Amino acid sequence: MIDTEDLTKKFGDMTAVDSVTFHLDAGEVFGFLGPNGAGKTTTIRMLACLVAKSSGSATIGDYDIASRADQPKIRKMIGLLTENVGLYEELSAYDNLDFYGRYYKLGEQKRKERIEYLLKLLELWDKKDAAAGTFSKGMKQKLAIARALIHDPEVLFLDEPTANLDPEASKTVRDFILELKKEKRTIFLNTHLLDEAERICDRVAILKTRLVTIGSPEELRHSLSGRKVKFQLQRVDDAITSSVKKMGYQIGEVTANSIVINLKEPEKENPAILRSIQSAGGNVVFVTEVGSSLEDVYLKLVKGD
Amino acid sequence: MDLQNAWNVALKDFKIYTRKPSVIYATVAMPLIVGIVFPLIVDYSVNRGTKGLSAVAAPGLMDSFSIWFIIAAAIIPTAIASYSLVGEKIQKSLEPMLATPMSDGDILLGKTLSALLLPLAALYTGSISFMTLLDYFTHSLLGYYYYPNWHIGAILFAAPFAALLSVEVNVIISSRMTDVRSAQQSGALLMLPFIGVFLASELGFFALNDTNLVILAGVLAAISVAMFFVAKATFQREEILTRWR
Repeated sequence: MIDTEDLTKKFGDMTAVDSVTFHLDAGEVFGFLGPNGAGKTTTIRMLACLVAKSSGSATIGDYDIASRADQPKIRKMIGLLTENVGLYEELSAYDNLDFYGRYYKLGEQKRKERIEYLLKLLELWDKKDAAAGTFSKGMKQKLAIARALIHDPEVLFLDEPTANLDPEASKTVRDFILELKKEKRTIFLNTHLLDEAERICDRVAILKTRLVTIGSPEELRHSLSGRKVKFQLQRVDDAITSSVKKMGYQIGEVTANSIVINLKEPEKENPAILRSIQSAGGNVVFVTEVGSSLEDVYLKLVKGD
Repeated sequence: MDLQNAWNVALKDFKIYTRKPSVIYATVAMPLIVGIVFPLIVDYSVNRGTKGLSAVAAPGLMDSFSIWFIIAAAIIPTAIASYSLVGEKIQKSLEPMLATPMSDGDILLGKTLSALLLPLAALYTGSISFMTLLDYFTHSLLGYYYYPNWHIGAILFAAPFAALLSVEVNVIISSRMTDVRSAQQSGALLMLPFIGVFLASELGFFALNDTNLVILAGVLAAISVAMFFVAKATFQREEILTRWR
């Protein structure tokens, strides 16, 4: 659905996005992670045909973002939730959506149906005649999402959808994105909230002007440091650690009653290790995987932590 | 350019203006002054003052007052155009609009229409009041109805071009301003050349007769068209998102 190859944006001498290449399947929820200034918003703006690329290429569906003839078609098939909601504060929730329906050339009946559907879905129908300026931040964010969906787009770009929201409003918005995910809509999510990306996204990419890595949250966690399994024992002694080392495994951390071992495929390797520990006199209490969190991966890759 | 798109943008702005009393006041105040207060001054001079205005001097005074419709046409759109562009910039509502399939030209034309039509409606309504009241107040002195005449016709022909020039200048100014008041103050400077022309004619440097007014309208039209292209060059998606501050 979305393909980019060496997509680059320069503002004068400053490179905002540098040679970014990725592919998104239809129906995929893709998270774009990165610190402020990493180029996340600029990437969305290029894909939404709001700013021109400096070099490289990108297509959405069959359309080229650089083609003037394709740009209106791309804008028609995408919905964009901007970082700042940018509602018409003086107008009612209904009118905000109605004017956007007009901008997308929806007929009057279609507009009415979509507005009612979206406002009811987002529990804003009772407030349809209230000015958007009187809404809470969470309600404004929901209204802005409804605006991005008014023309039922195939692809949805969400730029920091839960930024600056309180936990309750964040949860409401996140739950709604999960609902959209069930509809098999292609969603491109810019966020710096790792927990959010981990919960919502099928795949994530970490951007720091250049694309640092890309994969499913699970793949990223494992790719950095492999997988780690913690064996909790009644007591750890040299005989036990020696037996594990003899099997060729790398021991990560050892305490008086636990041992962490780096493994490639714990599902296959754990039984043999358990037998080895038991034959060395160890009594295993429980076994658990303690792989890196997405946050660990992010910090290592972005901050060099 | 798609006129339906431009009209939708203008309609949205009109709806917002109805909820902004300050914009409405700024739009109707000057036409009210020119359309009602100026005729009352003429009425006082002709019918109520100790030394009544002569039948020879009255047309000159009325012609001088009518020039204010051109000056008003240059001033009034400033309030709306500044609000329309800088206001959207402050509310950050331009980016979502720019992400729709509408072209830059559609949006600029919509903004131009919304800043142009209300002031022109107010001006023309004011001009009807101006002509009606002055005819009523001066008929007994002149012995005929002074309005309508070619002079006011030429003025009302030139007024839309002055208003259009004002809108285009405000689009350009708004791209560099971050608050509505600064944009309005800078935009209002446009009235200075018009007041200069008015004072020069009053001081006798040249006459603002029908022919000169039509020439003035032509000059304003030419400058307006040129400024539209400058405004169009300024009003580009990427410029708005990355350079407008």
